[in-house]
Amino acid sequence: MYVVRRVGVFLVSLLTASILVFVVMSILPGDPARVILGTQATPEAVESLREELGLNRSLPTQYLDWLSHAVRGDLGESVFTGQAIGPQVANRLKITAPLALMALTFTVLLSFPLGVFAAARHRQAGDNIVSVISQLGLAIPAFWAGLMLVTLFAVRLRWFPAGGFPGWGDSFFGSLKALLLPALSLAIVQSAIITRYVRSAVLETLREDYIRTARSKGLTRSQALWRHGLRNAAIPVLTILGLQFAALLSGTVVIESVFVLPGLGRMLLDGITRRDLPLVQGGAFVIVAFILLINLIVDLTYRLLDPRVGAR
Amino acid sequence: MSITVPDQTDQPGRSRQWRRANFVAGLSILSVVVATAILSFFWTPFDPTRVDSSKPLLSMGQQGHLLGTDQFGRDLLSQIMVGSQTALFVGILAVSIAIVIGIPIGGFAAAHRGLVEDVVMRISDVIYAFPPVLLAILLVAAVSPGTGSAMIAIGIAYIPIVARVTRGASLSIFERDFVAAARSYGRGQTFIFFRHVLPNILSVLIVQMTVLFSLAILAEAALSFLGIGTQPPTPSWGRSLRDAQTFVQLTPRLAIWPGLAIALTVLGFNLLGDGVRDALDPKLEVDRL
Repeated sequence: MYVVRRVGVFLVSLLTASILVFVVMSILPGDPARVILGTQATPEAVESLREELGLNRSLPTQYLDWLSHAVRGDLGESVFTGQAIGPQVANRLKITAPLALMALTFTVLLSFPLGVFAAARHRQAGDNIVSVISQLGLAIPAFWAGLMLVTLFAVRLRWFPAGGFPGWGDSFFGSLKALLLPALSLAIVQSAIITRYVRSAVLETLREDYIRTARSKGLTRSQALWRHGLRNAAIPVLTILGLQFAALLSGTVVIESVFVLPGLGRMLLDGITRRDLPLVQGGAFVIVAFILLINLIVDLTYRLLDPRVGAR
Repeated sequence: MSITVPDQTDQPGRSRQWRRANFVAGLSILSVVVATAILSFFWTPFDPTRVDSSKPLLSMGQQGHLLGTDQFGRDLLSQIMVGSQTALFVGILAVSIAIVIGIPIGGFAAAHRGLVEDVVMRISDVIYAFPPVLLAILLVAAVSPGTGSAMIAIGIAYIPIVARVTRGASLSIFERDFVAAARSYGRGQTFIFFRHVLPNILSVLIVQMTVLFSLAILAEAALSFLGIGTQPPTPSWGRSLRDAQTFVQLTPRLAIWPGLAIALTVLGFNLLGDGVRDALDPKLEVDRL
């Protein structure tokens, strides 16, 4: 029952999001018809193209038209290049999705050990050091971290490319390598946030009765933590991780600019500078749809991992 | 959809002294930033916007330029100093927009349980699903790039956060006896919210404001870095980083200093927030094991 309701909420959110994107985009100044035809075009030509593109219809009609196509995977055509947007978005996702996933992996690899370490050394020097590190990580803009990593690893040490993307087909490892620094820049900031949550989640579980039981059975603190604490601590952290994925995705928009990666974020920015309305609309909608989908998945897995939530 | 309010009960920074140290450090950092911003209204070592083609990319200390010059011969230190005005200005306005609109929405939702609340929170959920920076990018694109639209966009993007925090904190207060008393007195919901509920959730909101302030500064930097925030010649840290990007291989210095300015200011607000949380709400000092 919960699943049905939750999926219903997801669909309503998706619909609201699409309306929101549409409304924001419709206040965008600049007439797409004029963008296509250029400034030399006669008013008559612009008017007839507006008619052809359906721009002279009322906004709700335009929206419903867009929606009926969007549900079939057709996001329209770019007014700038004339290409279909759907395949273009899919293409761009081949860079942005791996980038986000890689960043997520690094985030987990960095934040879980740090957070657990800090919790295990609660109120000791190690805890304080981790807290200072995470405080610093929170203050750094991801794109600046990117610039610094480029300076160090691409310019000075020449270990990694400073930017660009060879393409998965041409060079798989080259592509992987091209995503490494951008993913790391995103992960630095993200892990600063997640480390705090891991730490407090672990501290929380250490207070539980079952840990005391385990200790009274003769397990040491760290044994009790490894055997019983971590799995329980992972549940709330997973939720946060899922929700932080939204921040991660918007981070890719900026980081793709630093590393000249032709991902979804670049597409969005190019669309904005060229006033390519359908492109921006499609791109933004796909990003938000992804975020809503991930929130849905997180909420549903939460129930699977922690049966107590469903029982309540 | 679950709510992410930054974890407020068990932040790193444990003992009282440690937190007080956070507060003092945060306050000191911010005093320096604010003092710099004020000073830069009256005096900077050089004109921050003056382009001088005879001295591009001077290194640190050359010809009196403490941090050197950029590719246009502009003094980096002066630019960073004036950049602090932009950062603080954006922070103040964006946060003001978010709280002036977000607090009444959150209070309204908490006061009127049921359908109204559901509708308000559902809409806020959806806006919440838009990452603030993405929403700001769309809004800025919809109007026109510039400091003004960036700050309005950032403010709007943070309204749902403030609304959620306000609602979450207000709910329990609305159940309290003194609210029931006020109600029996014939006071309206609006009056009750502003007179009785708001003062009780102020500490939560103030902490939230310091968090949003640093997020706003980071967002403005990101927008300006993308070229859709603050426009030249107005100095902005994010803008300086954008300009530095082309020369980062040659002179990393140009990227290091503005970035440090951002990081320091954000750090200041975060530390201050942690300290304020402790000062205003001693109940939170339960983190003992």
